[in-house]
Amino acid sequence: MPEDNGEEKKTGLLDRVRSDVKTLTDTVKEKGKEEINALKEPEKTQLYRSVFRVKHDEEPRNRALSVLSNVFFHLHPAKVNRDATKYNFTWGMGGITFYLFVVLTFTGVLLMFYYHPSKVQAFRDILYLENDVPFGKLLRNMHRWAAHLMIIAVWLHMFRVFLTGSYKRPREFNWCVGVLLMVLTMLLSFTGYLLPDDQLGFWAVTVGTNMGRATPLLGSEGPFGAQLGMTPYNDVRFALLGGSIVDANALLRAYIWHCIAIPLIAAILMAVHFWRVRKDGGISGPAPVMLESEIKDERKPRPVVLKPSGMQ
Amino acid sequence: MNFHQMWEIASSPDNVPIVALLFLVPFYCWYAFRQALANDRLIEKLEADPAAAKTAHRKTQPYHPKWEREVHTWPYLMRMELVAAILVTALLMVWSITLNAPLEEPSNPNVTMNPAKAPWYFLGLQEMLVYFDPWIAGVVMPTLIIVGLLAIPYIDENPLGNGYYTYKQRKFAIWTFMFGFIGLWVVMIVIGTFIRGPGWMWFWPGQTWDASRVEFAVNRNLDQVFGVDGTWIAMLLPAAHKAYAPILARTIFGIFPLVIYFLVAGYAMFRVMTWTPFARKIFQRMTLLQILTTNIVMVFMLSLPIKILLRLLLRIKYVWVTPWFSV
Repeated sequence: MPEDNGEEKKTGLLDRVRSDVKTLTDTVKEKGKEEINALKEPEKTQLYRSVFRVKHDEEPRNRALSVLSNVFFHLHPAKVNRDATKYNFTWGMGGITFYLFVVLTFTGVLLMFYYHPSKVQAFRDILYLENDVPFGKLLRNMHRWAAHLMIIAVWLHMFRVFLTGSYKRPREFNWCVGVLLMVLTMLLSFTGYLLPDDQLGFWAVTVGTNMGRATPLLGSEGPFGAQLGMTPYNDVRFALLGGSIVDANALLRAYIWHCIAIPLIAAILMAVHFWRVRKDGGISGPAPVMLESEIKDERKPRPVVLKPSGMQ
Repeated sequence: MNFHQMWEIASSPDNVPIVALLFLVPFYCWYAFRQALANDRLIEKLEADPAAAKTAHRKTQPYHPKWEREVHTWPYLMRMELVAAILVTALLMVWSITLNAPLEEPSNPNVTMNPAKAPWYFLGLQEMLVYFDPWIAGVVMPTLIIVGLLAIPYIDENPLGNGYYTYKQRKFAIWTFMFGFIGLWVVMIVIGTFIRGPGWMWFWPGQTWDASRVEFAVNRNLDQVFGVDGTWIAMLLPAAHKAYAPILARTIFGIFPLVIYFLVAGYAMFRVMTWTPFARKIFQRMTLLQILTTNIVMVFMLSLPIKILLRLLLRIKYVWVTPWFSV
């Protein structure tokens, strides 16, 4: 009996183990399949839904919701002109400019961890970044080249907006915001030029700010500046540099303009810029062409300042 | 030909954006004008056939009557944005790995860089310093550029070409902008980068940048060309102040060429603004303020190439010399 029992137990145990293993492998197979199938539709997973809240079956309502219910995407309209999604009309330059601003903010913040805006340390910090910080060189290179690229992208964006006549009614004001943003972009780049505190930046900023000395009325060497009591120690250049030469104060001012003041102003103007794109009826085209014979009221000049928006 | 010198300038990492501009600007000009001319052909066709114009699809983009006019932002636009972001990131990565950001010696006020160049995007302004005094090149002109750009939507009274590329319907606006952007801004940057060497002297591409080169100052002022020396005015002045006569004469003399320039250029720009029948039609729509602003901005724009010609061809430095400023 004990043998039987033993045998019984043995077979029972073996069978149980065997059946357990079978159940396990079956379950693993089955659940694995389920898991892999779930990967094919990641938007159906609990993880995905917990993050994005809304179901994303491919139906018009959900496609609209995916844009409207996301804080980062809702700058877009739910629908756009079908032809506007092609590259040839916009060249994507506005979007690329904004993306580069994001890249520059990201790399810029990382650079700030390694940089002290003081005459003693600034240049050494750059050497440290270039030689010792892991990926420091890449970081600095990326920041510089992204800045150059951003300027090119801004210019091409303006070029495109001009050539498509997109500044015309009702988008006049947004063009102006854009012009200011372009100026800010160049100032951002210019203030950043001084920060490595090397000969290149030093002399570029010296050349640049020397022009400030020649400002009419407000510069010590500008027309009528001397007559108004302007000296190198109280003129507009002094205000820019915080001194009569490009030195420690100029470095600190450049740093604060570059890292805090101008990005803040630019961010506010960008918010206005994007908001106005939406409020002025989305991007301007590609619009249907208009014919000369369709111009209304040919002889009805009105003062610009009194002309209401939207009138043809 | 000093090809090594050329290569050194073109391959300097900070000049890469300008080399890129040399390709990007012509490419996008071609890209825009290809679409503009296609639209112009469509416009011509529709204008010839008013009946068809009422029903025709007024775009050169592909069209099918069953297609919806609008598509969902997600995914049709946002996937393009994603692709653009990825491409830009890849480009930046490659660029940053292959080319190092320049770093010179630590800043030293006692050692001047020669040539000391502004960042590349301000080289147009620095190049302008050759032709104008700093208060014009560095302060007045940049202000005018910004003000002029801000004014564009308020002075362009042409309702056509809103939201599509066209050349035919906006010849005046496009010529003016191309002249300003390419002729006066991009070209000046290219000159400032590739042509201007040590001492901001003119070196043709391929010429060796010779830091010891000396240029003889053969520039004169306009009053010297005309031999204004104040002898007439000296006769009118009391004996005690006769020494001021040349200064006074120069100051008074210089007003005339400027007034003449503003009158002639203003009239020329008026002719440009009313060149074609269509331009005259738009001119009729403009208010006095719009006409004056357009005219003045264009006269100032034109002053730069005029001054460049005066300087490079006739070797004239100043047109108007006063004790306080010179133009």
